[in-house]
Amino acid sequence: MTQKEIFVAHRSEFKERERKIVPHGNTEIGVYRANGKLYAYQNLCAHQGGPACEGLLMPKVEEVIARDQTYQGQKFNYEELHIVCPWHGWEYDLQTGEMVADRKFRLKKYEVVERGEDIYVLV
Amino acid sequence: MSWYELPTSDIHKMAVEELDTSKLLTNAARQRDERNYKDLLIIDVDCHHYENESLREIVDYIEDPVMKHSAQMATTGGTGVQTSFLPGLVGYQDIAGRVTRYPLRKSEKTPTGKVHRDVTLTLRWMDAMGVDYVCLFPTPMLAMGSHPQTEVEVNMARAYNRWLTENILYTESRIKSMLYLPFNDPDATYKMVQDFGDKKGVVGFMVTASRYAQVYDNAYMKTYSLLEELGKPLAFHAGYNWSDPILATTNRFIATHALGFTFFNIVHCANWIVNGLPVRFPKLKIIWIESGIAWVPWLMQRLDNDYKMRSSECPSLKKLPSEYMREMYYTSQPLEMPDDLSVLETTFKMMNAETQLLWASDYPHWDMDLPSKIYDLPILSEQAKRNILGENARSLFNLDTSPRFPK
Repeated sequence: MTQKEIFVAHRSEFKERERKIVPHGNTEIGVYRANGKLYAYQNLCAHQGGPACEGLLMPKVEEVIARDQTYQGQKFNYEELHIVCPWHGWEYDLQTGEMVADRKFRLKKYEVVERGEDIYVLV
Repeated sequence: MSWYELPTSDIHKMAVEELDTSKLLTNAARQRDERNYKDLLIIDVDCHHYENESLREIVDYIEDPVMKHSAQMATTGGTGVQTSFLPGLVGYQDIAGRVTRYPLRKSEKTPTGKVHRDVTLTLRWMDAMGVDYVCLFPTPMLAMGSHPQTEVEVNMARAYNRWLTENILYTESRIKSMLYLPFNDPDATYKMVQDFGDKKGVVGFMVTASRYAQVYDNAYMKTYSLLEELGKPLAFHAGYNWSDPILATTNRFIATHALGFTFFNIVHCANWIVNGLPVRFPKLKIIWIESGIAWVPWLMQRLDNDYKMRSSECPSLKKLPSEYMREMYYTSQPLEMPDDLSVLETTFKMMNAETQLLWASDYPHWDMDLPSKIYDLPILSEQAKRNILGENARSLFNLDTSPRFPK
């Protein structure tokens, strides 16, 4: 079956650290440009159906544990960004769409293509 | 400025610059339409508003002139730090802003006019979810049971209840409430039921559970008798108090919340049963709110096991503690969803969910549930779904739903 292309934006209008939400049928697709790459996911949380792509994008929070196993605090890991559903806070790995607390749940992922100056999502 | 602040069009931030509940709940409205909720009675037995946003209006209803003056001064000027009339709690319900309806709440626009903003906002999310009627509760006042001054709880409870009935319940018939009881003062509690039991939209009364009152104290018996006579249920609304000595040992809110919202209700429920209160007030309907339901089979098993060895300590009981618990009512939210649904199925069976479980959203709080949480469960019959989503509450509250479902 031939995939349909949905226009997202001209490359010049979609900068690093931006997000576009494009309509697709009775739902939407969230498209992200982060760390030099493009990602696209259905705007539908695997939990209760929230608009997962309309919330924050947060760096992963990590624990700082010293060699002697003592707790030293927490820090952000800016290499792993999380899509956070605004309804309840379910967090998804931006690179894979997997829910970070239980990776059997995931956002539906779409392929993004760049042709000339234009960016499309394949559906 | 850090790059994940609210709100902005930047990738790391919000997709909208102001909160619009209807837009935030677009996917809920899609569920409503896909599942055809318009033909289904849906009653939400536990939802909230933020009465702190109307605090200046509420304190004008305080009857004690000296306290009223103090409250008016505290809410109209000063430093802007939290007032002693709504002290609130330490906690992180919004998951550091990840649940965006918290930080954006004040940006939501409502029309100016005669309809109270809280009515507009409540109807906005009710309509998006497909909810017909709600039982509305306050938010910061859930912590009033730990206020060191009993007279502040009593005066604020009366002021809030007068304000709520006159400004919300009288004006919007889809919004009901079980009114706040100043439970740390048994006489004031009794008077509250006397004075407000017949007010429009009052479908019962509510005790905030995070407190140290002994539900079996003789001082409460006249209130239970009166409630039984009026046919109005008594609800215990769960809460946490991070300053509670045992909860103070937790250092992450996840533990404070998961434990706090269950164990206060567990303690009150155990005390209610072992003191034989179900035997003394057999027609008084008891509702346990916002503790989820996983604790129910746990407490049933614990009490039954001990009761078989120590029945001499609770000689009033005529049957097993679990059998009394099976006659009580429970709200569903936050409904635990185990991977193995047979666990949930067993829980439903043990608590007679088909007749005793009441769907609740807890909206707009962070761990809210949609009606689909019940509607989509493959382990429930169609009738059980209808009962849990609305019919059980209609019977319990003797609610006239004909305005929404004309015959």
